[in-house]
Amino acid sequence: MYFLRRLLSLIPLLLVISFLAFVLVRLAPGGPFDRERKPASPEIERQLQVKYRLDQPIWKQYLAYLGDLARGDFGPSLKYRNHTVTDIIAQALPVSLALGAMAFAFAMGVGIPIGYYTAVRRGRWQDYAGSLFAITMVCVPGFVIAPVLVMFFAIQWRLLPVALWMSPWHAILPIAALGLFFSGRIARLMREGMLNTMQLEFITAARAKGLSEHTLLLKHAFRLAVLPVVSYSGPLLADLLTGSFVIETIFQIPGIGVFMVNGSLNRDYTMVVGLVILYATLLVVLNLLVDFAYTILDPRVKYE
Amino acid sequence: MSEPMAQSSAVNVVSGDPAPATFTAPLSPNQRAWRRFWRNRPARISAWYLLILIACVAIWPLVSPHQPDRLSEAQFQPPSARHWFGTDVHGRDVFTRVMYGAQISLLVGVVGAGVSLVIGVLWGATAGYVGGRLDSAMMRFVDILYSLPSIIFVIVLITTLEGALKNVLAAFGSDSLVKFARLIFLFIGLGAVSWLTMARIVRGQVLSLRARQFVDASRVLGAGPLWILRRHIIPNVFGVVIVYLTLTVPTIILYESFLSYLGLGIQPPMASWGLLIAEGAEQINPIRIYWWLILFPGGVLVTTLLALNFLGDGLRDAWDVRGN
Amino acid sequence: MRIANRATGIVPLARFSFGEGQLNSRRKRSSIWRRLLAGCFAFHFVFLLAGCFRPEPPADITICNANEPESLDPHIVTGISEMRITKALFDGLVRLDPTNAAPVPALAERWEISPDGRTYTFYLRTNAVWSTGEPITSADVVWSWFRALDPLTAGDYAGQLFYIKGAERWYNRATTNRADVGLRALDDYTVQVELNAPLAFFLELCSFPTLAVVPRHVIEKYGDRWLHADPLPTSGAFTLGAWRVNDKIRLLRNPRYWDAANTPSQIIDVLPTSSPNTALNLYETGVADIVWDKDLVPSELMDVLSQRPDFHSFTYLGTYFYRFNVTQPPFDDARVRKAFALATDKPRIISKLTKGAERPATHFVPDGVANYTAATAPGFDPEAARQLLAEAGYPNGKGFPRVNYTFFGSAGGGAKLHGKVGIELQQMWRDVLGVQVELRQIERKVFYSSQSKLDYDISMSSWIGDYNDANTFLDLFTSTSGNNRTGWANERYDALIKAANEETDLQKRAEIFREAETLLVAEEVPVVPVYFYAGFNYYDDTKVGGVWQNILDEHPMQYIYRKSPKTNVKSREPATGARLVQKQPAH
Repeated sequence: MYFLRRLLSLIPLLLVISFLAFVLVRLAPGGPFDRERKPASPEIERQLQVKYRLDQPIWKQYLAYLGDLARGDFGPSLKYRNHTVTDIIAQALPVSLALGAMAFAFAMGVGIPIGYYTAVRRGRWQDYAGSLFAITMVCVPGFVIAPVLVMFFAIQWRLLPVALWMSPWHAILPIAALGLFFSGRIARLMREGMLNTMQLEFITAARAKGLSEHTLLLKHAFRLAVLPVVSYSGPLLADLLTGSFVIETIFQIPGIGVFMVNGSLNRDYTMVVGLVILYATLLVVLNLLVDFAYTILDPRVKYE
Repeated sequence: MSEPMAQSSAVNVVSGDPAPATFTAPLSPNQRAWRRFWRNRPARISAWYLLILIACVAIWPLVSPHQPDRLSEAQFQPPSARHWFGTDVHGRDVFTRVMYGAQISLLVGVVGAGVSLVIGVLWGATAGYVGGRLDSAMMRFVDILYSLPSIIFVIVLITTLEGALKNVLAAFGSDSLVKFARLIFLFIGLGAVSWLTMARIVRGQVLSLRARQFVDASRVLGAGPLWILRRHIIPNVFGVVIVYLTLTVPTIILYESFLSYLGLGIQPPMASWGLLIAEGAEQINPIRIYWWLILFPGGVLVTTLLALNFLGDGLRDAWDVRGN
Repeated sequence: MRIANRATGIVPLARFSFGEGQLNSRRKRSSIWRRLLAGCFAFHFVFLLAGCFRPEPPADITICNANEPESLDPHIVTGISEMRITKALFDGLVRLDPTNAAPVPALAERWEISPDGRTYTFYLRTNAVWSTGEPITSADVVWSWFRALDPLTAGDYAGQLFYIKGAERWYNRATTNRADVGLRALDDYTVQVELNAPLAFFLELCSFPTLAVVPRHVIEKYGDRWLHADPLPTSGAFTLGAWRVNDKIRLLRNPRYWDAANTPSQIIDVLPTSSPNTALNLYETGVADIVWDKDLVPSELMDVLSQRPDFHSFTYLGTYFYRFNVTQPPFDDARVRKAFALATDKPRIISKLTKGAERPATHFVPDGVANYTAATAPGFDPEAARQLLAEAGYPNGKGFPRVNYTFFGSAGGGAKLHGKVGIELQQMWRDVLGVQVELRQIERKVFYSSQSKLDYDISMSSWIGDYNDANTFLDLFTSTSGNNRTGWANERYDALIKAANEETDLQKRAEIFREAETLLVAEEVPVVPVYFYAGFNYYDDTKVGGVWQNILDEHPMQYIYRKSPKTNVKSREPATGARLVQKQPAH
């Protein structure tokens, strides 16, 4: 019931977000048609404004946009003029979804074991080694990891392709670059969650009952320990699934992250609003899933 | 409600919260915590490292033989006795630029972490503890801010308000203040986005905590929400908060470089670690690598963050209310 | 690729995690970990297999072209990288010779120019057809040009047609009668154009994408989405095989092209690469055969790259310069502007920053423009600069107001150079004039908007010529030009440009232009040219043929071919590998 209500609240929320984005992007100075060279006559610029309804008052533009949206049309891109925003999302989203989901799985697959293990071995060398790795990953941004991976795997050893999106082999380096960066964060959160849980009273009690350390940690502690990671994974997954500007640029991947940034920079109004709606939907749904996961992992959690 | 102190000891007994037996120790809890902290070797080394770094950053401008924005013919010199970290495209000393960049980056990191700490923790703890409608409303607000494109947000912020602020600062007659007008907006912009995930994480923890027995017990015994928040919730999320803070700092420092590149952050010839690393990363190519441009700024950032993390761990361990 | 890849890609990670799990030698836990990891990797592979990879035949030639095209509609495109593609798809009446960029017949077999230079009569080929088989007739040409002139098409370059009599009035809806526009079909294969005034470069203009011939029947049917029509009728050497945004554009040979006999390549892939390092990596590993945008050459490597045999540089019609805002002090005083110009050490910027074949610019119109010898302005002269500044009332820079040098920042590509140039200029002005200039880096769109609104003191600028004539550079600074952006309005200059464009004698015309340019760069100095761009591309001559260098950076794809047959891009061991200088960062 609670979750159903949350899902319904998505609609007014999207209205608010899209309106804010719609206004905000138009407040930014410089328009979609400002560029290095001006057309020969001011009339040309005016016609462009008319063509894309930019000459109308903002509330009229927004209502017209909502009208289009109701028919499933995100409108034409103001930058890529032969494509609609829907075209671009349809082409780029599957790529970003695939890449993002794989990077997410990678980050979880590397981060959770490291976080778990560093917590269990707290204060010993394994803890320091794992933490060193995790923190290094946290500090080294994608625009450093990616070229370094390319230098070694693609250029020095010639094992993997340098860039492009053509086969599963092409996906490995981008996944690793994106996944490593976030695995560090996940490892840190996981370690903290584990440390916290290991001190809880019921764990101590279970330990006293003579349960094996292992069953104890994995069966009982893990569920609670993973909560910070779960909280973080909502926004993280929303970010990953909508692409990464840096990774997509370096590996020349036709995902959606480049459009997120360039849309803003190009003042591609329809593109920005369309992608914000897409992103917000993903974010809200994922956060809902996160909240739902909470009730499963920690049955005492109630939302009323 | 009326006698919170008395109730709290009762709570500790009921919940079995393993509170240290403070009344038998000759030292105050704080002193004991400091002592525990100081016995932690990684934390101690980290603290020294950070202190030395801060001292260098403060002193270097006074003793440096190089000016940060002085150009020279010595372009792309590898590290030497004269230029410890080599020189960049304009022939500037990279060590000096790293030291000057530290000012910006540490400030950016501190501001981001501060906003994240104050707003993020309070917001998340309140939403999680009160729950219900308020929780929904507060978290939807976070979702809205999180969804809006931050680049556009910063552009609008800077371009609409910068002129106005510059005039105000100029009216006070200080030229050097005008320079910092942009920095202030950079901080506001970075601060505005830095606390959102923190709020989500804290809220998640609080949701789980408030359902635990000792909180229930405390409530049954009549403790008010503020008391419970302060006595039970905040201390229990402290660890996660510290960890997430140390994750926020590098993110903010690197995000600053992205904004700066777009012309939304600091102005050249100023430097920041993020910018230095971004400039260095461009040098990674198959033909020739000016490795000192990426290795040194990157190394300084990584070691600083490592130190911060171990320091955070040490602090957390030392002040952990739930014992060791 | 090979099995080895799988090992390096995934297994070590798995082993690492298992290893950690087994340290405690507890079976149960490691089995849980194994399940967890297996789940993760299964997840990977499901996505990988179900992913959006489609096998495609390899291309004959793969080219790194800059940035994703904004459009492939020739009447809308504005960028060079887009125009390269539209020219492969849609022919005009005239095209440019790839060796020297001179106008040669394309859809028009020949033409006649009336003695007064105002009327052009084009005779179309009778064997030219659309890639779908229909003949291309004069009606198509006239319809296409009227479309380019239609405000609803909203092309930025519609102004290129304003030289035609009555065209500007038609655009502004001052007339709706087509007969008022000097453009008519005399019969099915003859087109006559009447100009406002004689125009020395009209034939070059006819090769411009804005004047290309586009398929009426498809455009009328699909509107703005006409480029997605399948099949898309094209008039050029190629058809559009695939257009995936930010992925690739695949061009397929058009067997019905009138000059198909001279199109050796079957498939050309055009990659929208925006990072210079990625372009270099793709080229060095043999994935890309040609990299041909000046923004895709990392300037730090220019000194190494320019020594290589596969690196080609050539003079190019582009000028890097800076503008003064002449509407407010201190730059309303020509002496101050001149002082700044004289204090600019142009060769230093080239030797320190661009490091390529750029040349210091002592005038605005690049060397090599047809029928023109440029004026000259004095070069770097610190003494004279200081003296001029003192005359203007700022001896040794004393009392000089705080001014800014405005430029835009960018997260990638060639735009990073702007900041570096700014830093060097700041230092020169400080050293020579004793003036402190504040660098103001702003976001790109904000920059263009501030420049138009004259919200700057000095601003970084560049200009690439549209056609090979001095006019494409000099008419920028007429008082009515939307691209003036300096606030500088000079009646004499306006009159000179107008007179030059009405002059049919090329010699006299050049002299008038020179007089105007002298006014611009030596006397009034609203702009200071810094250097002339050089064009760069890299490709291996022994492998790729049909690429020539010319002043307009014009490389028709029609002629490009692979000398040795390319079997499979991926398995081919790149021959360029030997040239790699192996140098790794220390760890």
